[in-house]
Amino acid sequence: MSPPSGPEKHYLDALKEGRFEIQRCAACTRHVFYPRVLCPYCGSERLEWVAPSGRGVVYSTTVVRRKPADGGDYNVCLVDLAEGVRMMSRIAAIAPTDVRIGMAVTARIADGLVEFTPA
Amino acid sequence: MRGSVAIAGVGLAGCGEAPGWTEMEIAVAAAKNALDDAGLTARDVDGVVIASTNIFMSGLALAEHLGVRPKFTESTMIGGSSFVEHLIPASLALNAGLCDTVLVAYGSNQRTGVGRGEAGRYKMALDPQAFEHPYKPFNPPSSYAMAAARHMHQYGTTREQLAEIAVAARKWAQLNPEAFSREPLTVEDVLRSRMVSDPLTVRDCCLVTDGGGAYVLTHAERVKDFPKPPAYLLGVGAAHWHRQISSMPDLTVTAATESGRRAFDMAGLGPEDVDVLELYDAFTINTLLFLEDLGFCRKGEGGAFVSGGRIAPGGKLPVNTNGGGLSCVHPGMYGIFLIIEAVRQLRGEGGARQVKDAAVALAHGNGGVLSSQITAILGTKDTL
Repeated sequence: MSPPSGPEKHYLDALKEGRFEIQRCAACTRHVFYPRVLCPYCGSERLEWVAPSGRGVVYSTTVVRRKPADGGDYNVCLVDLAEGVRMMSRIAAIAPTDVRIGMAVTARIADGLVEFTPA
Repeated sequence: MRGSVAIAGVGLAGCGEAPGWTEMEIAVAAAKNALDDAGLTARDVDGVVIASTNIFMSGLALAEHLGVRPKFTESTMIGGSSFVEHLIPASLALNAGLCDTVLVAYGSNQRTGVGRGEAGRYKMALDPQAFEHPYKPFNPPSSYAMAAARHMHQYGTTREQLAEIAVAARKWAQLNPEAFSREPLTVEDVLRSRMVSDPLTVRDCCLVTDGGGAYVLTHAERVKDFPKPPAYLLGVGAAHWHRQISSMPDLTVTAATESGRRAFDMAGLGPEDVDVLELYDAFTINTLLFLEDLGFCRKGEGGAFVSGGRIAPGGKLPVNTNGGGLSCVHPGMYGIFLIIEAVRQLRGEGGARQVKDAAVALAHGNGGVLSSQITAILGTKDTL
Protein backbone atom coordinates (compact mmCIF):
# COMPACT_ATOMS: atom_id res chain seq x y z
CA MET A 1 0.00 0.00 0.00
CA SER A 2 1.64 3.24 -1.06
CA PRO A 3 1.20 6.40 0.96
CA PRO A 4 -0.31 9.41 -0.76
CA SER A 5 3.05 11.18 -0.84
CA GLY A 6 6.68 10.59 0.13
CA PRO A 7 7.57 10.87 3.82
CA GLU A 8 9.34 14.22 3.43
CA LYS A 9 6.28 15.86 1.92
CA HIS A 10 4.03 14.26 4.54
CA TYR A 11 6.20 15.74 7.30
CA LEU A 12 6.32 19.21 5.77
CA ASP A 13 2.57 19.22 4.97
CA ALA A 14 1.76 18.21 8.55
CA LEU A 15 3.90 21.07 9.87
CA LYS A 16 2.04 23.51 7.61
CA GLU A 17 -1.18 22.26 9.21
CA GLY A 18 0.28 22.78 12.68
CA ARG A 19 1.17 19.15 13.48
CA PHE A 20 4.68 17.96 14.44
CA GLU A 21 4.91 14.28 13.51
CA ILE A 22 7.83 11.88 13.47
CA GLN A 23 8.00 8.24 12.44
CA ARG A 24 8.03 5.15 14.60
CA CYS A 25 8.94 1.73 13.26
CA ALA A 26 6.20 -0.81 13.92
CA ALA A 27 8.72 -3.63 13.49
CA CYS A 28 11.56 -2.59 15.82
CA THR A 29 9.63 0.08 17.80
CA ARG A 30 12.35 2.70 17.42
CA HIS A 31 11.50 6.28 16.52
CA VAL A 32 12.99 7.59 13.27
CA PHE A 33 14.02 11.09 12.25
CA TYR A 34 14.35 12.51 9.59
CA PRO A 35 11.41 10.82 7.86
CA ARG A 36 12.45 7.78 5.84
CA VAL A 37 11.06 5.26 3.36
CA LEU A 38 12.68 2.39 5.28
CA CYS A 39 13.60 2.12 8.93
CA PRO A 40 17.37 2.84 9.12
CA TYR A 41 17.70 0.49 12.11
CA CYS A 42 15.94 -2.65 10.88
CA GLY A 43 15.03 -2.07 7.23
CA SER A 44 11.29 -2.37 7.72
CA GLU A 45 8.93 -0.21 5.67
CA ARG A 46 6.34 -0.26 8.46
CA LEU A 47 6.94 3.31 9.52
CA GLU A 48 3.99 4.97 11.26
CA TRP A 49 3.48 8.64 12.04
CA VAL A 50 3.26 9.57 15.71
CA ALA A 51 3.17 12.83 17.63
CA PRO A 52 6.32 13.27 19.74
CA SER A 53 6.08 14.59 23.28
CA GLY A 54 7.85 17.78 22.20
CA ARG A 55 10.33 17.44 25.06
CA GLY A 56 14.00 17.57 24.21
CA VAL A 57 17.52 18.39 25.36
CA VAL A 58 20.10 20.50 23.51
CA TYR A 59 22.84 18.12 22.30
CA SER A 60 25.04 20.80 20.77
CA THR A 61 24.74 24.42 19.78
CA THR A 62 26.42 27.21 17.83
CA VAL A 63 25.88 30.90 17.24
CA VAL A 64 26.11 31.80 13.58
CA ARG A 65 27.73 35.22 13.50
CA ARG A 66 26.14 37.64 11.07
CA LYS A 67 26.43 41.39 10.62
CA PRO A 68 23.62 43.34 12.32
CA ALA A 69 22.72 44.82 8.93
CA ASP A 70 22.07 41.28 7.65
CA GLY A 71 19.89 40.37 10.64
CA GLY A 72 22.43 39.74 13.38
CA ASP A 73 23.58 36.56 15.16
CA TYR A 74 21.32 33.53 15.42
CA ASN A 75 21.26 30.10 17.01
CA VAL A 76 21.55 26.73 15.28
CA CYS A 77 21.50 23.62 17.42
CA LEU A 78 20.90 19.89 17.59
CA VAL A 79 18.13 18.72 19.88
CA ASP A 80 17.69 15.17 21.16
CA LEU A 81 13.98 14.44 21.51
CA ALA A 82 12.68 12.34 24.39
CA GLU A 83 11.81 9.70 21.76
CA GLY A 84 15.53 9.13 21.11
CA VAL A 85 15.96 10.94 17.81
CA ARG A 86 18.02 14.02 17.02
CA MET A 87 17.10 16.97 14.83
CA MET A 88 18.60 20.26 13.79
CA SER A 89 16.66 23.23 15.10
CA ARG A 90 16.99 26.57 16.87
CA ILE A 91 16.18 27.81 20.34
CA ALA A 92 13.80 30.76 20.34
CA ALA A 93 12.89 33.21 23.11
CA ILE A 94 16.45 33.56 24.49
CA ALA A 95 19.66 35.12 23.17
CA PRO A 96 21.57 32.75 20.87
CA THR A 97 24.61 33.00 23.18
CA ASP A 98 22.51 31.83 26.15
CA VAL A 99 21.72 28.43 24.64
CA ARG A 100 23.55 25.71 26.57
CA ILE A 101 24.25 22.06 25.91
CA GLY A 102 22.04 19.96 28.18
CA MET A 103 19.30 22.59 28.36
CA ALA A 104 15.77 21.14 28.53
CA VAL A 105 13.59 22.51 25.75
CA THR A 106 10.05 22.23 24.37
CA ALA A 107 9.03 22.12 20.73
CA ARG A 108 6.70 24.53 19.00
CA ILE A 109 5.89 25.27 15.39
CA ALA A 110 6.79 28.67 13.96
CA ASP A 111 6.63 29.61 10.29
CA GLY A 112 6.21 25.97 9.28
CA LEU A 113 9.36 24.94 11.18
CA VAL A 114 9.92 23.11 14.45
CA GLU A 115 11.79 25.31 16.92
CA PHE A 116 12.27 25.02 20.66
CA THR A 117 12.00 27.21 23.72
CA PRO A 118 13.51 26.59 27.17
CA ALA A 119 11.31 24.16 29.08
CA MET B 1 46.33 -4.88 -1.94
CA ARG B 2 49.26 -4.08 0.38
CA GLY B 3 52.34 -3.08 -1.57
CA SER B 4 50.76 -3.85 -4.95
CA VAL B 5 50.54 -0.27 -6.21
CA ALA B 6 52.65 2.83 -5.78
CA ILE B 7 52.52 6.55 -6.41
CA ALA B 8 55.12 7.37 -9.03
CA GLY B 9 54.55 11.11 -9.40
CA VAL B 10 52.88 14.07 -7.70
CA GLY B 11 52.26 17.64 -8.82
CA LEU B 12 50.66 20.92 -7.76
CA ALA B 13 49.37 23.84 -9.81
CA GLY B 14 47.72 27.19 -9.20
CA CYS B 15 47.91 26.96 -5.40
CA GLY B 16 46.97 30.21 -3.69
CA GLU B 17 45.52 32.38 -6.41
CA ALA B 18 45.08 31.44 -10.07
CA PRO B 19 42.91 34.21 -11.51
CA GLY B 20 41.67 33.60 -15.03
CA TRP B 21 42.05 29.82 -14.81
CA THR B 22 39.17 27.36 -14.98
CA GLU B 23 38.93 24.43 -12.57
CA MET B 24 39.73 21.89 -15.28
CA GLU B 25 42.69 23.93 -16.53
CA ILE B 26 44.14 23.94 -13.00
CA ALA B 27 43.55 20.17 -12.69
CA VAL B 28 45.28 19.52 -16.00
CA ALA B 29 48.21 21.80 -15.14
CA ALA B 30 48.66 19.80 -11.92
CA ALA B 31 48.37 16.57 -13.92
CA LYS B 32 51.18 17.72 -16.21
CA ASN B 33 53.41 18.35 -13.20
CA ALA B 34 52.60 14.95 -11.72
CA LEU B 35 53.28 13.20 -15.03
CA ASP B 36 56.57 15.09 -15.43
CA ASP B 37 57.47 14.01 -11.90
CA ALA B 38 56.91 10.37 -12.91
CA GLY B 39 58.73 10.77 -16.22
CA LEU B 40 55.50 10.15 -18.14
CA THR B 41 53.22 12.02 -20.53
CA ALA B 42 49.46 12.08 -20.96
CA ARG B 43 49.96 9.47 -23.72
CA ASP B 44 50.88 6.95 -21.01
CA VAL B 45 47.66 7.48 -19.02
CA ASP B 46 44.98 4.80 -19.43
CA GLY B 47 42.99 5.48 -16.27
CA VAL B 48 41.56 8.87 -15.23
CA VAL B 49 40.17 9.79 -11.83
CA ILE B 50 38.75 13.08 -10.61
CA ALA B 51 36.08 14.50 -8.30
CA SER B 52 34.50 17.91 -8.60
CA THR B 53 31.85 19.90 -6.78
CA ASN B 54 30.98 21.76 -9.96
CA ILE B 55 31.98 19.95 -13.15
CA PHE B 56 29.27 17.64 -14.49
CA MET B 57 30.65 14.25 -15.61
CA SER B 58 34.10 15.38 -14.52
CA GLY B 59 35.76 12.10 -15.51
CA LEU B 60 34.72 12.65 -19.10
CA ALA B 61 35.85 16.27 -18.99
CA LEU B 62 39.32 15.39 -17.64
CA ALA B 63 39.95 12.71 -20.27
CA GLU B 64 38.65 14.95 -23.04
CA HIS B 65 40.89 17.85 -22.00
CA LEU B 66 43.94 15.58 -21.79
CA GLY B 67 43.20 13.78 -25.06
CA VAL B 68 43.16 10.47 -23.21
CA ARG B 69 40.89 7.55 -24.17
CA PRO B 70 40.85 5.78 -20.81
CA LYS B 71 40.16 2.12 -20.08
CA PHE B 72 39.22 3.06 -16.53
CA THR B 73 37.34 6.13 -15.30
CA GLU B 74 36.36 6.92 -11.74
CA SER B 75 34.75 10.03 -10.28
CA THR B 76 33.29 9.08 -6.94
CA MET B 77 32.42 12.29 -5.12
CA ILE B 78 32.18 11.93 -1.34
CA GLY B 79 33.57 15.33 -0.43
CA GLY B 80 37.14 16.37 0.21
CA SER B 81 38.23 12.85 1.12
CA SER B 82 37.45 11.63 -2.41
CA PHE B 83 41.05 11.77 -3.62
CA VAL B 84 42.19 9.52 -0.79
CA GLU B 85 39.24 7.19 -1.36
CA HIS B 86 40.16 7.03 -5.07
CA LEU B 87 43.15 4.89 -4.08
CA ILE B 88 40.71 2.03 -3.51
CA PRO B 89 39.01 1.77 -6.94
CA ALA B 90 42.24 2.76 -8.70
CA SER B 91 44.16 -0.02 -6.93
CA LEU B 92 41.44 -2.54 -7.70
CA ALA B 93 41.49 -1.57 -11.37
CA LEU B 94 45.28 -1.83 -11.54
CA ASN B 95 45.32 -5.16 -9.72
CA ALA B 96 42.56 -6.53 -11.97
CA GLY B 97 44.66 -5.66 -15.01
CA LEU B 98 42.14 -3.15 -16.35
CA CYS B 99 44.77 -0.45 -16.78
CA ASP B 100 48.41 0.38 -16.05
CA THR B 101 48.73 4.10 -15.31
CA VAL B 102 46.07 5.93 -13.34
CA LEU B 103 46.05 9.71 -13.10
CA VAL B 104 44.15 11.24 -10.17
CA ALA B 105 43.63 15.00 -10.49
CA TYR B 106 41.79 17.92 -8.89
CA GLY B 107 41.51 21.62 -9.61
CA SER B 108 39.53 24.48 -8.12
CA ASN B 109 39.32 28.24 -8.51
CA GLN B 110 37.30 28.64 -5.33
CA ARG B 111 39.12 31.84 -4.31
CA THR B 112 39.19 33.88 -7.51
CA GLY B 113 36.51 32.18 -9.62
CA VAL B 114 33.30 34.05 -10.32
CA GLY B 115 29.67 33.05 -9.78
CA ARG B 116 30.19 31.19 -6.49
CA GLY B 117 27.15 32.66 -4.74
CA GLU B 118 24.90 31.88 -7.66
CA ALA B 119 26.23 28.32 -7.88
CA GLY B 120 25.56 27.84 -4.17
CA ARG B 121 21.94 28.94 -4.59
CA TYR B 122 21.43 26.55 -7.51
CA LYS B 123 22.90 23.67 -5.53
CA MET B 124 20.59 24.40 -2.60
CA ALA B 125 17.60 24.42 -4.96
CA LEU B 126 18.61 21.06 -6.46
CA ASP B 127 19.37 19.43 -3.08
CA PRO B 128 17.21 21.24 -0.52
CA GLN B 129 18.17 19.19 2.60
CA ALA B 130 14.78 19.95 4.13
CA PHE B 131 15.83 19.03 7.67
CA GLU B 132 18.82 21.35 7.91
CA HIS B 133 18.78 24.21 5.38
CA PRO B 134 15.69 25.95 6.83
CA TYR B 135 17.67 26.61 10.04
CA LYS B 136 20.44 28.31 8.02
CA PRO B 137 23.54 26.61 9.43
CA PHE B 138 26.56 28.40 7.98
CA ASN B 139 28.03 25.23 6.58
CA PRO B 140 30.45 23.68 6.73
CA PRO B 141 31.68 25.77 9.72
CA SER B 142 28.49 25.48 11.81
CA SER B 143 28.50 21.68 11.68
CA TYR B 144 32.13 21.46 12.76
CA ALA B 145 31.46 24.15 15.38
CA MET B 146 28.82 21.95 16.99
CA ALA B 147 31.27 19.04 17.07
CA ALA B 148 33.82 21.30 18.76
CA ALA B 149 31.23 22.58 21.24
CA ARG B 150 30.22 19.05 22.13
CA HIS B 151 33.83 17.92 22.57
CA MET B 152 34.47 20.93 24.84
CA HIS B 153 31.34 20.13 26.85
CA GLN B 154 32.06 16.43 27.18
CA TYR B 155 35.83 16.45 27.70
CA GLY B 156 36.71 19.94 28.86
CA THR B 157 38.62 20.71 25.68
CA THR B 158 39.39 24.43 25.46
CA ARG B 159 39.48 27.00 22.69
CA GLU B 160 43.16 27.52 23.54
CA GLN B 161 43.86 23.85 22.78
CA LEU B 162 42.07 24.13 19.45
CA ALA B 163 44.06 27.30 18.72
CA GLU B 164 47.29 25.37 19.31
CA ILE B 165 46.39 23.27 16.29
CA ALA B 166 46.10 26.36 14.07
CA VAL B 167 49.39 27.70 15.45
CA ALA B 168 51.18 24.39 14.78
CA ALA B 169 49.89 24.35 11.19
CA ARG B 170 51.12 27.92 10.73
CA LYS B 171 54.58 27.04 12.04
CA TRP B 172 54.82 24.24 9.49
CA ALA B 173 53.61 26.61 6.76
CA GLN B 174 56.39 29.01 7.69
CA LEU B 175 58.83 26.26 6.67
CA ASN B 176 57.03 25.71 3.34
CA PRO B 177 57.70 28.30 0.64
CA GLU B 178 54.61 27.07 -1.25
CA ALA B 179 52.22 27.70 1.66
CA PHE B 180 49.64 30.48 1.28
CA SER B 181 49.58 31.89 4.85
CA ARG B 182 53.02 32.26 6.43
CA GLU B 183 52.81 35.32 8.69
CA PRO B 184 53.26 34.68 12.42
CA LEU B 185 50.20 33.44 14.34
CA THR B 186 49.76 33.05 18.09
CA VAL B 187 47.12 31.35 20.23
CA GLU B 188 45.94 34.84 21.25
CA ASP B 189 45.59 35.81 17.57
CA VAL B 190 43.38 32.79 16.92
CA LEU B 191 41.19 33.46 19.97
CA ARG B 192 40.75 37.15 19.12
CA SER B 193 39.97 36.59 15.45
CA ARG B 194 36.49 37.14 14.08
CA MET B 195 34.04 34.56 15.41
CA VAL B 196 32.41 32.66 12.53
CA SER B 197 30.26 30.05 14.25
CA ASP B 198 30.92 29.62 17.98
CA PRO B 199 33.36 28.33 19.18
CA LEU B 200 35.28 28.55 15.88
CA THR B 201 36.93 31.79 14.75
CA VAL B 202 38.09 32.45 11.22
CA ARG B 203 41.57 31.16 12.25
CA ASP B 204 40.01 27.86 13.36
CA CYS B 205 38.75 27.53 9.78
CA CYS B 206 40.67 26.49 6.69
CA LEU B 207 41.82 28.83 3.98
CA VAL B 208 39.83 29.50 0.84
CA THR B 209 42.34 29.30 -1.99
CA ASP B 210 42.61 28.25 -5.59
CA GLY B 211 44.72 25.26 -6.46
CA GLY B 212 45.05 21.83 -7.92
CA GLY B 213 46.98 18.65 -7.36
CA ALA B 214 47.52 15.32 -9.05
CA TYR B 215 49.18 11.97 -8.51
CA VAL B 216 50.04 9.02 -10.72
CA LEU B 217 49.33 5.51 -9.42
CA THR B 218 50.75 2.43 -11.08
CA HIS B 219 51.76 -1.21 -10.47
CA ALA B 220 54.45 -1.61 -7.81
CA GLU B 221 56.57 -3.77 -10.10
CA ARG B 222 56.67 -0.95 -12.69
CA VAL B 223 57.96 1.79 -10.43
CA LYS B 224 61.59 0.76 -10.72
CA ASP B 225 61.41 2.31 -14.20
CA PHE B 226 60.53 5.74 -12.83
CA PRO B 227 62.92 8.57 -12.00
CA LYS B 228 61.95 9.21 -8.37
CA PRO B 229 61.47 6.95 -5.34
CA PRO B 230 57.89 5.71 -5.25
CA ALA B 231 55.52 5.73 -2.30
CA TYR B 232 53.92 2.32 -1.87
CA LEU B 233 50.33 1.91 -0.70
CA LEU B 234 50.56 -0.16 2.46
CA GLY B 235 46.98 0.15 3.66
CA VAL B 236 43.75 1.97 3.03
CA GLY B 237 40.37 1.96 4.75
CA ALA B 238 37.10 3.79 4.24
CA ALA B 239 34.06 4.42 6.41
CA HIS B 240 31.10 6.75 6.56
CA TRP B 241 28.11 6.88 8.87
CA HIS B 242 26.22 10.02 7.87
CA ARG B 243 26.06 12.91 5.43
CA GLN B 244 24.38 15.65 7.48
CA ILE B 245 25.64 16.62 10.93
CA SER B 246 22.16 16.05 12.41
CA SER B 247 22.52 12.37 11.46
CA MET B 248 25.96 11.91 13.06
CA PRO B 249 25.49 9.50 15.97
CA ASP B 250 28.09 11.05 18.33
CA LEU B 251 29.70 14.37 17.36
CA THR B 252 32.85 13.47 19.29
CA VAL B 253 33.53 10.16 17.48
CA THR B 254 34.08 9.98 13.72
CA ALA B 255 34.11 7.05 11.31
CA ALA B 256 37.91 7.47 11.29
CA THR B 257 37.80 4.97 14.16
CA GLU B 258 36.85 2.35 11.52
CA SER B 259 38.76 3.65 8.49
CA GLY B 260 41.95 3.90 10.54
CA ARG B 261 41.63 0.41 11.95
CA ARG B 262 41.04 -1.00 8.45
CA ALA B 263 44.05 0.82 7.03
CA PHE B 264 46.34 -0.21 9.90
CA ASP B 265 45.14 -3.84 9.65
CA MET B 266 45.92 -3.95 5.94
CA ALA B 267 49.32 -2.35 6.48
CA GLY B 268 50.12 -4.57 9.45
CA LEU B 269 51.14 -1.43 11.32
CA GLY B 270 49.93 0.69 14.22
CA PRO B 271 50.00 4.36 15.17
CA GLU B 272 53.42 3.89 16.81
CA ASP B 273 54.88 3.03 13.38
CA VAL B 274 53.82 6.29 11.70
CA ASP B 275 56.56 8.88 11.12
CA VAL B 276 54.45 11.67 9.65
CA LEU B 277 50.71 12.43 9.58
CA GLU B 278 48.71 14.42 7.06
CA LEU B 279 45.22 14.92 8.55
CA TYR B 280 42.39 16.70 6.76
CA ASP B 281 42.27 19.93 8.80
CA ALA B 282 39.36 21.87 7.35
CA PHE B 283 38.88 23.09 10.95
CA THR B 284 41.03 22.84 14.07
CA ILE B 285 38.62 20.34 15.64
CA ASN B 286 39.31 17.92 12.77
CA THR B 287 42.95 17.40 13.70
CA LEU B 288 42.02 16.77 17.32
CA LEU B 289 39.25 14.28 16.49
CA PHE B 290 41.39 12.38 13.99
CA LEU B 291 44.35 12.10 16.38
CA GLU B 292 41.95 10.50 18.87
CA ASP B 293 40.01 8.35 16.41
CA LEU B 294 43.11 7.06 14.61
CA GLY B 295 44.56 5.95 17.93
CA PHE B 296 47.35 8.49 18.49
CA CYS B 297 45.78 9.43 21.83
CA ARG B 298 42.75 8.37 23.82
CA LYS B 299 39.24 9.71 23.26
CA GLY B 300 38.83 13.03 25.02
CA GLU B 301 42.57 13.58 25.48
CA GLY B 302 43.19 15.30 22.14
CA GLY B 303 43.27 18.76 23.68
CA ALA B 304 46.03 17.92 26.12
CA PHE B 305 47.81 15.88 23.43
CA VAL B 306 48.21 18.81 21.00
CA SER B 307 49.30 21.21 23.75
CA GLY B 308 52.86 22.36 24.19
CA GLY B 309 53.68 22.20 20.49
CA ARG B 310 53.60 18.41 20.24
CA ILE B 311 52.37 18.48 16.60
CA ALA B 312 54.33 21.61 15.60
CA PRO B 313 57.83 21.63 14.05
CA GLY B 314 60.23 20.31 16.67
CA GLY B 315 57.43 18.49 18.49
CA LYS B 316 57.20 14.76 19.02
CA LEU B 317 54.62 14.05 16.32
CA PRO B 318 54.84 15.83 12.94
CA VAL B 319 51.29 16.61 11.76
CA ASN B 320 50.33 18.50 8.59
CA THR B 321 53.85 19.28 7.58
CA ASN B 322 52.91 21.43 4.57
CA GLY B 323 50.87 23.76 6.79
CA GLY B 324 47.62 21.89 6.13
CA GLY B 325 44.32 23.23 4.97
CA LEU B 326 44.58 25.80 7.76
CA SER B 327 47.70 27.51 6.43
CA CYS B 328 48.97 25.93 3.18
CA VAL B 329 46.16 25.43 0.68
CA HIS B 330 42.44 24.59 0.72
CA PRO B 331 40.67 24.95 -2.61
CA GLY B 332 37.25 23.56 -1.67
CA MET B 333 38.47 20.00 -1.35
CA TYR B 334 41.85 19.27 0.24
CA GLY B 335 42.21 15.47 -0.04
CA ILE B 336 44.69 15.30 -2.88
CA PHE B 337 47.12 17.57 -1.04
CA LEU B 338 47.32 15.08 1.83
CA ILE B 339 48.63 12.43 -0.55
CA ILE B 340 51.04 14.83 -2.27
CA GLU B 341 52.64 15.99 0.99
CA ALA B 342 52.87 12.42 2.29
CA VAL B 343 54.71 11.34 -0.88
CA ARG B 344 57.07 14.31 -0.71
CA GLN B 345 57.93 13.50 2.90
CA LEU B 346 58.59 9.84 2.06
CA ARG B 347 60.88 10.94 -0.77
CA GLY B 348 62.77 13.37 1.44
CA GLU B 349 61.67 16.34 -0.66
CA GLY B 350 60.34 18.39 2.27
CA GLY B 351 63.19 20.90 2.42
CA ALA B 352 63.13 22.88 5.67
CA ARG B 353 60.04 20.99 6.82
CA GLN B 354 61.39 17.51 6.05
CA VAL B 355 60.73 14.91 8.75
CA LYS B 356 64.00 13.03 9.23
CA ASP B 357 63.98 9.46 7.91
CA ALA B 358 60.24 9.46 7.22
CA ALA B 359 59.39 5.92 6.09
CA VAL B 360 55.70 5.56 6.96
CA ALA B 361 53.18 8.34 6.30
CA LEU B 362 49.51 8.42 7.16
CA ALA B 363 47.14 10.51 5.02
CA HIS B 364 43.65 10.86 6.43
CA GLY B 365 40.85 12.30 4.31
CA ASN B 366 37.61 13.78 5.59
CA GLY B 367 34.59 14.73 3.51
CA GLY B 368 31.30 16.50 4.08
CA VAL B 369 30.75 17.44 7.73
CA LEU B 370 32.95 14.85 9.49
CA SER B 371 31.16 12.44 7.15
CA SER B 372 33.36 10.33 4.88
CA GLN B 373 36.57 9.16 6.53
CA ILE B 374 39.36 7.55 4.50
CA THR B 375 42.74 6.56 5.88
CA ALA B 376 45.70 5.69 3.67
CA ILE B 377 49.10 4.51 4.84
CA LEU B 378 52.01 4.97 2.47
CA GLY B 379 55.56 3.80 2.84
CA THR B 380 59.01 3.74 1.30
CA LYS B 381 60.51 0.63 -0.33
CA ASP B 382 61.99 -0.41 3.02
CA THR B 383 58.53 -0.74 4.56
CA LEU B 384 57.29 -3.32 2.05
